[in-house]
Amino acid sequence: MREIKASQIIKAVTELVRRANFILRSDVLSALRSAYRFEKNKRAKTILKAILDNAAYAREKNLAICQDTGIPVVFAEVGQDVKISGDLKAAINKGIKEGYKKYSLRNSIVADPLLRGNPKFSPCIIHTDIVKGNKIKLTILPKGFGCENKSRLMMFKPTAGIEEIKKFIIDAVKSAGPDACPPYIVGVGIGGTADYAGMLAKKALLKKIKLQRGLSPKGTVPGFERELLFEINNLNIGPMGLGGKTTALAVNIQTYPTHIAGLPVSVNISCHALRSARIVL
Amino acid sequence: MKKINTPLDLNKIKSLKAGQEVCLTGIIYTARDQAHKRLLELIKKGKRLPLDLKGAIIYYCGPAKTPKGKIIGSCGPTTSSRMDEFTPFLLAKGLKGMIGKGSRSQEVKEAIKKHKGIYFITYAGCGALLSKYVRSVKTVAYGDLGPEAILKLEVENFPLIVAIDVNGGCIYGED
Repeated sequence: MREIKASQIIKAVTELVRRANFILRSDVLSALRSAYRFEKNKRAKTILKAILDNAAYAREKNLAICQDTGIPVVFAEVGQDVKISGDLKAAINKGIKEGYKKYSLRNSIVADPLLRGNPKFSPCIIHTDIVKGNKIKLTILPKGFGCENKSRLMMFKPTAGIEEIKKFIIDAVKSAGPDACPPYIVGVGIGGTADYAGMLAKKALLKKIKLQRGLSPKGTVPGFERELLFEINNLNIGPMGLGGKTTALAVNIQTYPTHIAGLPVSVNISCHALRSARIVL
Repeated sequence: MKKINTPLDLNKIKSLKAGQEVCLTGIIYTARDQAHKRLLELIKKGKRLPLDLKGAIIYYCGPAKTPKGKIIGSCGPTTSSRMDEFTPFLLAKGLKGMIGKGSRSQEVKEAIKKHKGIYFITYAGCGALLSKYVRSVKTVAYGDLGPEAILKLEVENFPLIVAIDVNGGCIYGED
């Protein structure tokens, strides 16, 4: 057994908070730069430039990329040969709280969803998974709620065709329209159960964005992602919803086996400020 | 680029058209979901509001905490449509301008036209950049709401795009 102390986890999470909120993911940055190069619409180009300038300014001045520093979602993959001395979940929450305080981020969490009340920095959402090995992998995804509010779930019939699924995903983007800070990154979870599809859609946002070059074979997940991205970018929503070819930077799909009676599909949209950071202890 | 100053009145905004870029200097007030709910309760009870809405601009914004040595933290717009159910009441009380992101309901469009108000959008998801245009910050009301408190911001050349003009013309087109 390898021992990992709660104090190491607190320190690691605090650092992840800083990295995720101040430094835009390099794959998102590359996708934005590429969009800026290829965008023809003048206003869309101006907005993409402001988004790139914002990321640079945030990094230089240690400012949050976006004031909505989200509800922090933490994925903790814990190796089964690790012995944690201390309380794992308490340590993660402490790291979040200390990081958000230290780096002057926003306290956006209300303790009671119905009674609301004075917002705090924590608790975050923690997804733990027990995996092989003697390490802990921690990933933080501070998820803004402008885009989280545009999430969708549909329990399709198992006989549903690919066109129906496609329409559902594209409709989710259309209904987010100009509201949730396009250009979007569209996370899609297909399969599992209602809750698991939602989780897959969120996890899909962690997948590295690949710049679309060359062809992906039809009928495969990369092919489907590509087709969706193409159609979404023909919606003319564009940055801030003011038109242009850049409505989404990527469509990322995660799948999982499912039941013979169903076909759950969940969509989790991210704004252009898709922030996440990862560390292995 | 056209420059405008607060407080707003019809003369300053009547020539502005949806799609036009302007920069704003003067006072704006932040207010979002919970502050709107409270303001509407006061209006319904006929009580005095903690801010004078006449000619005022509300910015749908809940800034990040202010880092040491800075005037304000990241402070971009939040989704305006969540405030739609409250907006017509505030416009009727003299509110002239709003700043946010995204589309508005038909009711809000009509209320803007009726009361000759204006709705602006600003760079969404660019809160760090927008913090550069803020000169001072003061809490006006509802400090218990944390980032949802009503703050008085003094801004200089704050970049805006007219999204719904005084005649109800809309940058996003018709629904």
